[in-house]
Amino acid sequence: MSTTPDVHQQVEAQSREILGEDIVAYIEQCHADPEPSGKLIAVLHRVQAKFGYLAPAHLDAVSQLLRVPAAKVSGVASFYHFFRLTPRGRHVINLCLGTACYVKGADQIAQKLRDELGITFGETSPDGMFSLEATRCLGTCGLAPVMIVDADVHAEVTPDQVPLILERYIREARKERA
Amino acid sequence: MNNDVLKTFEILHQRAAQIRQKEGRERKIVIQVGSATCENAAGARDVLDEFRKHVAASGRDDIVLHQTGCTGRCSCEPIVGVFVPGQMPIKYQDVDRQRVHEIFTRHVLGGQPVLNYVLDGPVQGIQRHEVLYCASERCGWEARATCGQALEEKLRRRGISADEIRVAQTSCFGACGANQVGTCSHVLVRPDKTLYRIENDADLDEIIERHLIGGKVVERLAVPGKTVGRKFFEIYGDVAFFNRQTRVVLRHNGVLDPSSIAEYFHYRGFQALATVLSKGDPKWVIDEITRSKLRGRGGGGYPTGQKWAMGAAAEDETRYLICNADEGDPGAFMDRSMLESDPLNVIEGMIIGGFAIGAHQGFFYVRAEYPLAIERIETAIAQCREWGLLGKNILGSGFDFDLEIRLGAGAFVCGEETALIHSIEGERGQPRIRPPYPTERGLWGKPTVINNVETFANVSAVINYGADWFARIGTEKSGGTKVFALAGKVRHTGLVEVPMGTTLREVVFGIGGGVAGGRELKAIQTGGPAGGCIPAKWLDTAIDFDTLTQAGSIMGSGGMIVLDETDCMVDIAQYFMSFSQDESCGKCTPCREGTTRMLEILNRITGGQGTEADLDTLGRLARLVKKSSLCGLGRAAPNPVLSTLEHFREEYLAHVVEKRCPAKKCKALVRYEIDPEKCIGCTACARNCPVECIAGQRKETHVIDQARCIKCGRCFEVCRFDAVKRT
Repeated sequence: MSTTPDVHQQVEAQSREILGEDIVAYIEQCHADPEPSGKLIAVLHRVQAKFGYLAPAHLDAVSQLLRVPAAKVSGVASFYHFFRLTPRGRHVINLCLGTACYVKGADQIAQKLRDELGITFGETSPDGMFSLEATRCLGTCGLAPVMIVDADVHAEVTPDQVPLILERYIREARKERA
Repeated sequence: MNNDVLKTFEILHQRAAQIRQKEGRERKIVIQVGSATCENAAGARDVLDEFRKHVAASGRDDIVLHQTGCTGRCSCEPIVGVFVPGQMPIKYQDVDRQRVHEIFTRHVLGGQPVLNYVLDGPVQGIQRHEVLYCASERCGWEARATCGQALEEKLRRRGISADEIRVAQTSCFGACGANQVGTCSHVLVRPDKTLYRIENDADLDEIIERHLIGGKVVERLAVPGKTVGRKFFEIYGDVAFFNRQTRVVLRHNGVLDPSSIAEYFHYRGFQALATVLSKGDPKWVIDEITRSKLRGRGGGGYPTGQKWAMGAAAEDETRYLICNADEGDPGAFMDRSMLESDPLNVIEGMIIGGFAIGAHQGFFYVRAEYPLAIERIETAIAQCREWGLLGKNILGSGFDFDLEIRLGAGAFVCGEETALIHSIEGERGQPRIRPPYPTERGLWGKPTVINNVETFANVSAVINYGADWFARIGTEKSGGTKVFALAGKVRHTGLVEVPMGTTLREVVFGIGGGVAGGRELKAIQTGGPAGGCIPAKWLDTAIDFDTLTQAGSIMGSGGMIVLDETDCMVDIAQYFMSFSQDESCGKCTPCREGTTRMLEILNRITGGQGTEADLDTLGRLARLVKKSSLCGLGRAAPNPVLSTLEHFREEYLAHVVEKRCPAKKCKALVRYEIDPEKCIGCTACARNCPVECIAGQRKETHVIDQARCIKCGRCFEVCRFDAVKRT
């Protein structure tokens, strides 16, 4: 089936709208590179930084504008752990499961988080408050076990501290609402 | 010799000197605050902020704040240095807002160091002088072994106590020229920053009489110039954790400001590049690197000179250079520290590498998980472009080279070179069969040389201090040092740089201070998921690429995790296998299926369902996966299993035969019981049990319902009478 120029333009305009000016400008800059498709991962990083995750519509738009097959875009997006294909909660909890953290009891922290939140890794709590994620190693092994909530680093965490840490964010949200 | 290059370099050097002079730091009180991911996590940002407020409030213009990277003394961070001209540099540990106030008012304004907070302290007092002598075992001056002792005796005989002048050992200053090896030694006098070369006893006497007592520098014996590690030891030489290390790669960590190119110039920055470009001979560079016996620090240990020679010999004229900064091993953070604390050193190594192989474009492949490192590299690249050190006609030599950052996206397999290349090309990070090796056909089909961050970080030292010197630091087959990220159950966690050939004992006990909490050492895990566990009885193994491979582990990129008696080796094997299984890219069957099946068996064993036959199957499967996988990930993934099966078979047997976990770590195999003799009926366990399976009245013996117990261990933790038994 051939696509008429009108439809093509329409799809492209739609893609531009979905990604927004800044990302479209970056993709155009990529076309000046001798290997524009090599910039796919860099583009996806930017999209995720802007929207928080990669929705199917984002992937299609990137495919259109960077002129890379949609299958490849979704293949790359799903291959790398760093890319998220679902939206995240208000606060993102990142528990380090590196070796140093593991031998210093990160598995107990993991269990406590699962118990407290009622979700497992890769999931978001039903109220949209927390997303629970695990990371391989944050490279701060000297402070193990380490847990990061958004940008706050909590070092040398014990299972007992977990509810207190979570409570802090819940209280904040409550205060905002009031 | 291209003199234009040296002239251009000299102009840049002067420009840098002017910038520094304007700051006038030499005459001011410097407050130095570390700033790296780990320092910031420990609260360094608050500390910096608090100091800023204090300095502003004091109204003084002779106090400056200086930001550096991290020294790698993780368990004591944030670390703050207070340097008053002419006085001992004081470093403080675990600084927080409260301590900032005390340090500022008492030390910076009042001139009295706060002895309680001194790094590795508290100390009784600060000595007037400190003499650090080289205790490096490698160069072999006979008198050196007794140098420290002789100094100590001579001082005390003159009635000078250790409270006044302290004598401490340190390692290589890198001050011996090729013709001086074995004929002299060196001592550094702090805080005067004077380095002396001593050849005999009389020299020592002269230094004591004229300098330490008379207060005059003995010019005849003073060594001018910037020797390796000197700046580092001038600041940190008194700290036991550091002065048993040999700082070559990390010589500027915690010394210079990583975001200032002017400061990098001050510490001999880009001098190696100027030397290389003024000679204008790529072959000379490759020969030097080959002679230095520098081997790939990413873990493979491939001779760097040989790799560069292959890249340089490639037919295709378009060649690429890649720095592998995808530090994916859990428990390793050497590369992050180097990139955050001394990024320009890595870049200088890359430009030299690019020149040697004839590449004009280089790539930095960095993990997206290291935002601060990425920021620092971006700043460094921008500064290099502005100063004419990247781009066209570098230093007027006619050589063009530029760098671009490419971000990883969280795939462990991308540390493998062919997978990394695919990732830079914007593909899924899956490896391919080698040969052809990347030096023949790499990025976009062009010849490509890939080296690790630490490898590039060594290059400037090889050129500046000489290939012979570098080769001499290490072992016969492997020159230089290796940086380890020491973590786990060790007392002092942090970055440790030691000569190749140092024993595990020296690293873990000598530098790391032994196992934390006074527990027994069980094993040392090196090389991350691709490495193995070395049992405690092999502590005297010298660390080298080949010896660690013989011990069933690998050097890897430098992660070193200390395991104690409370760690279950089967559990550790399972941990790494779950990592490898998750990170397997799925391209080849042995790795994809093999890791899954091995993990299933390990889960069975730790879950109490294992049989003795499982151990044989596990071993056979592991050897098969090792032999038949496509890339390094799959070929190394069985290592944790194979090494634990070999060295800790009795632990596996306890799991499958006796259904017992000796370390009491595997949940399914432990059992909690209440000792009726000791239980006083305080109800603490019953109140804390999440599944309410503990029954008993107040002041009566409690009982655990084993059928309902989920073995969370909560009762064990809360019982204050030792009545809950874990068996």
